Amino acid sequence: MHSETRLILGGLTTLAVATAALVVLPYITIADSAPAPGLKPYTPTELRGREQYIQHGCVYCHSQQPRARAFAPDAKRGWGRATVAGDYAYDDPPLLGTMRTGPDLMNIGARQPSDQWHLGHLFQPRAYVPGSIMPAYPFLFDVRDRADEGETIVALPPGTVPEGEVVVARPAALDLVAYLKSLDRSYPALAADQ
Amino acid sequence: MSPLAILMSAFILSIVGLGFFIWSQRAHLTDPSTEGSEVIFAAGEIGTPEEPAAPLATRPAAGADDAELAARARADASTAPLVFFFYCCAFVWLLVASAAGLTASIKLHAPDWLTADAWLSFGRIRTVHLNAVAYGWAPMAGLGTALFVIPRLLKTELVGGRYALLGAALWNAALIAGLGSLAYGVSDGLEWLEIPWQIDLLFVAGGALIGLPLILTLRRRQVAHLYVSVWYMGCALFWFPVLFLVANVPGLHHGIEQATMNWWFGHNVLGLFYTPLALASIYYFLPKVIGRPIQSYNLSLLGFWGLAFFYGQVGGHHLIGGPVPGWMVTLSIVQSMMMILPVAAFTANQHLTLKGNLAALRHSPTLRFMCLGGLMYTASSVQGSFEALRSMNAVTHFTHYTVAHAHLGLYGFVSLVFFGAMYFVIPRITGRDWPWPRMISAHFWLASIGVAIYFVSLTIGGWLQGRAMLDESRGFMESVLLTLPYLKARSVGGAMMALGHVIFAAHFIRLLTARGASRRAQPASPFATAAEGI
Repeated sequence: MHSETRLILGGLTTLAVATAALVVLPYITIADSAPAPGLKPYTPTELRGREQYIQHGCVYCHSQQPRARAFAPDAKRGWGRATVAGDYAYDDPPLLGTMRTGPDLMNIGARQPSDQWHLGHLFQPRAYVPGSIMPAYPFLFDVRDRADEGETIVALPPGTVPEGEVVVARPAALDLVAYLKSLDRSYPALAADQ
Repeated sequence: MSPLAILMSAFILSIVGLGFFIWSQRAHLTDPSTEGSEVIFAAGEIGTPEEPAAPLATRPAAGADDAELAARARADASTAPLVFFFYCCAFVWLLVASAAGLTASIKLHAPDWLTADAWLSFGRIRTVHLNAVAYGWAPMAGLGTALFVIPRLLKTELVGGRYALLGAALWNAALIAGLGSLAYGVSDGLEWLEIPWQIDLLFVAGGALIGLPLILTLRRRQVAHLYVSVWYMGCALFWFPVLFLVANVPGLHHGIEQATMNWWFGHNVLGLFYTPLALASIYYFLPKVIGRPIQSYNLSLLGFWGLAFFYGQVGGHHLIGGPVPGWMVTLSIVQSMMMILPVAAFTANQHLTLKGNLAALRHSPTLRFMCLGGLMYTASSVQGSFEALRSMNAVTHFTHYTVAHAHLGLYGFVSLVFFGAMYFVIPRITGRDWPWPRMISAHFWLASIGVAIYFVSLTIGGWLQGRAMLDESRGFMESVLLTLPYLKARSVGGAMMALGHVIFAAHFIRLLTARGASRRAQPASPFATAAEGI
């Protein structure tokens, strides 16, 4: 090959084809999918919780995309129906995930609606799920001898913290749990595409 | 437009395009002369290996044209301080990435270890690991090598090296800021694109400045023919900015389209940036070290344009079963399988070139790393093609199997090749020999056995994990618990790799600080004197 111009133009052409297929066409067809009927926008608290979800890297172990019945038994595990583009209309960015080191969370809010369970589980996952390899997030909580008024005390299984100490959820933990509880795409999907 | 029409047109466009580009080079395709592949040798040099990392006694005297060798020494001299800076950064990021990766690995089987600080939690330290490799180690080693090789290939001195130096400074400043913000908890939330877009501006400026000398040097070239390594390196330096810029424009990408863009970027940064830089290194150093041109120049043409046409479209296979258009996923699966073509072309070429020259493996550390790296390119590419098939993907997606595959590619292939290149280049740019040849062997064996343990254990563990998740009669926790022994084995493999890197870095420091006997009078040693002048 003797011409660098031809080389670079050729190289950029191939990339243009790829970009057209994987970025431009999806941009035209699905970037502005209408919200699925039944999907509510996030509240400010839930959005702050979503920031927590992103900054602690939950997405590296938890997917948010149950697959179709023909593909995998995700629905039978209680993870919900296969998602459609409209389910992510308020997600910026969508947190589809690529790993299931832990379970899919697209419908964790429907599956586990208890604040206390989520808070305690974040503080020490192994107190709730024996053998879990999820990290503990003690830095989202304060361990003190008493709580002030208006603070949320986490009710933990006995033995998780020493006798006489209470675990108080910090605002970040409360936000994160609000977000987790908002993860509920259990409304019917068929209408979402139409 | 119907999905089928989109699918068919993208596929046909690729095939026709590939045919056209190879046809447009036809004058040389059928040309039996190997002139193109001999451009990396001086007159009379073929048959003479160049391997500055080998023990002195095994190095033959060059019987080549003195003027040409002197010109090459000047080319080396023009890049020495610059490449030295890139490599120093590469060493630092290699060690940072190893420490972060090993920490993340241990945390997966010891989840209550180091939980007090947010920045050390798995989700953050894993991200620091990925970004230190993706924007630190790999580009610093790869671009440093490219800057060393390009003037040699164009038979001229590097033009505009100071721009690249400024660019590298900006790039590394951006990476420090980026890793800091990830550790602190500021992230854009997309895999491979976590670093906040405000910091990405610095990467763009730095990257452009690093690419500038390529254009300036190309215009000053003294050769008519552009060697195959120039194609790969040249295109990689144009591909990456387009990828990075399009992916990071704030506010442009919306909804689920962000996911398709995410994997268009994520896979192309591997396939159109690290892969071409590493393949270009193999195409240059392998023939150089054995002193014989590559066997088939035409196969390398097929390998290059095949990669250019097919690789760009494979990213959608990360979203199989996801909420994205089916035609896009199918297109990516088809192009993933088509990748077997250029990979086979490269593999055949490497095999034919090495045939009868394997004895050189005994003396040449560069060749050892390059050969194993090249084999791992074939292995990881073929594995990747099959992983894209729906039947296989249903098991392996969402499991540690994918992590094993990623490390086979980015470590077994790319990193090993860059290790080999650095063992070759560092004596040339410092004018000093590697003081402890045994340390090179130790590094080689720790890296290759380490990554073998890593890959085999996570592949088995990931496969079993995927099988367990597909069986609804088994609880989810079963798929977690069964991976534990394999995750521990991964930490062992990872620790060996990290130890290899510590040895590599210590050896480099020793080379720089050694006095006396290890210094070598050598025409291409301007940096040694330049450095002492500072």
